[in-house]
Amino acid sequence: MTTSEKYVTAAYVVVFAIVLVYVLLIALKVGRLDREVEELERRVEQAEETEEREPTAVG
Amino acid sequence: MSAATATIGSVLSLRRIPLAALAVASLVLVTTALVFVFYVAPNDANQGFSQRIFYFHVSIAFTAYACFVFGAWKAFRHLWKRDPRADLESYVCVHQGTIFGAMVLLTGSIWAKISWGHWWVWSEDELVLFLILYLFYCAYFMLRFSLDPGPQRANLSAVYALFGVVLIPVSFAAIRLAKEFLHPRVFTLSGPRFGGWILVTYCIAQAAMLVLAYTLYRIEITGKRLDLRLRELRDVMA
Repeated sequence: MTTSEKYVTAAYVVVFAIVLVYVLLIALKVGRLDREVEELERRVEQAEETEEREPTAVG
Repeated sequence: MSAATATIGSVLSLRRIPLAALAVASLVLVTTALVFVFYVAPNDANQGFSQRIFYFHVSIAFTAYACFVFGAWKAFRHLWKRDPRADLESYVCVHQGTIFGAMVLLTGSIWAKISWGHWWVWSEDELVLFLILYLFYCAYFMLRFSLDPGPQRANLSAVYALFGVVLIPVSFAAIRLAKEFLHPRVFTLSGPRFGGWILVTYCIAQAAMLVLAYTLYRIEITGKRLDLRLRELRDVMA
């Protein structure tokens, strides 16, 4: 591989490395959002269960 | 319906393209561009193999400019129409432009090392002006995140993004009036100074970078909107 070919390869690797890092960061963020949605779903379920168990006046 | 209205309508309908289709289009275009860059485009008579950096370097630079211009347009819409989505869209455009700007600086620096023997030449105005433009947009994030979320932050960010777009013609066109330069001028007022497979390869690379940028923009804005809605939902439940 000539010096020129090495530099050209390096330039293209840099571009794809930046895009890859960006996509990885977005993927991490989507993972975090997914966990937050699950947590909110759990809280909604808990709130619904609590409402069902609340004592009601009889008679 | 006038031609201008039809064009604007077709641009706005880009929102309806599914994200998966955009991702596939990006992959196909980038792969095609790489095949053309390394297997179809001929070696440049003066620079030889190293000229192949040009295809991505220049198309990434134009994509960065497009992101900044689109960010300024969204900023303008925020200030003019008070479009509630425009502030976030402007921010994401500037963010994309900064990422593509970093790629321009890095690939340009590598190309400079091969062609001129230096990573950076301070006497070359085009390089320095692009660096100023890049740093200006980096400062946009410092301004934005130094303020609390709200109308004030959105307004100041919009004004800043509008000021930044003024630097683009300065960076792109004014330097072409300079008499002495090292940086090659491939786009002149009389058109591109290349043709044949070089032009075809460049057009494919340019299309690939624009579609890639738009795909990344859509991914980022979807994530940001989801994040905002989740925060609102959490506040309601608290």
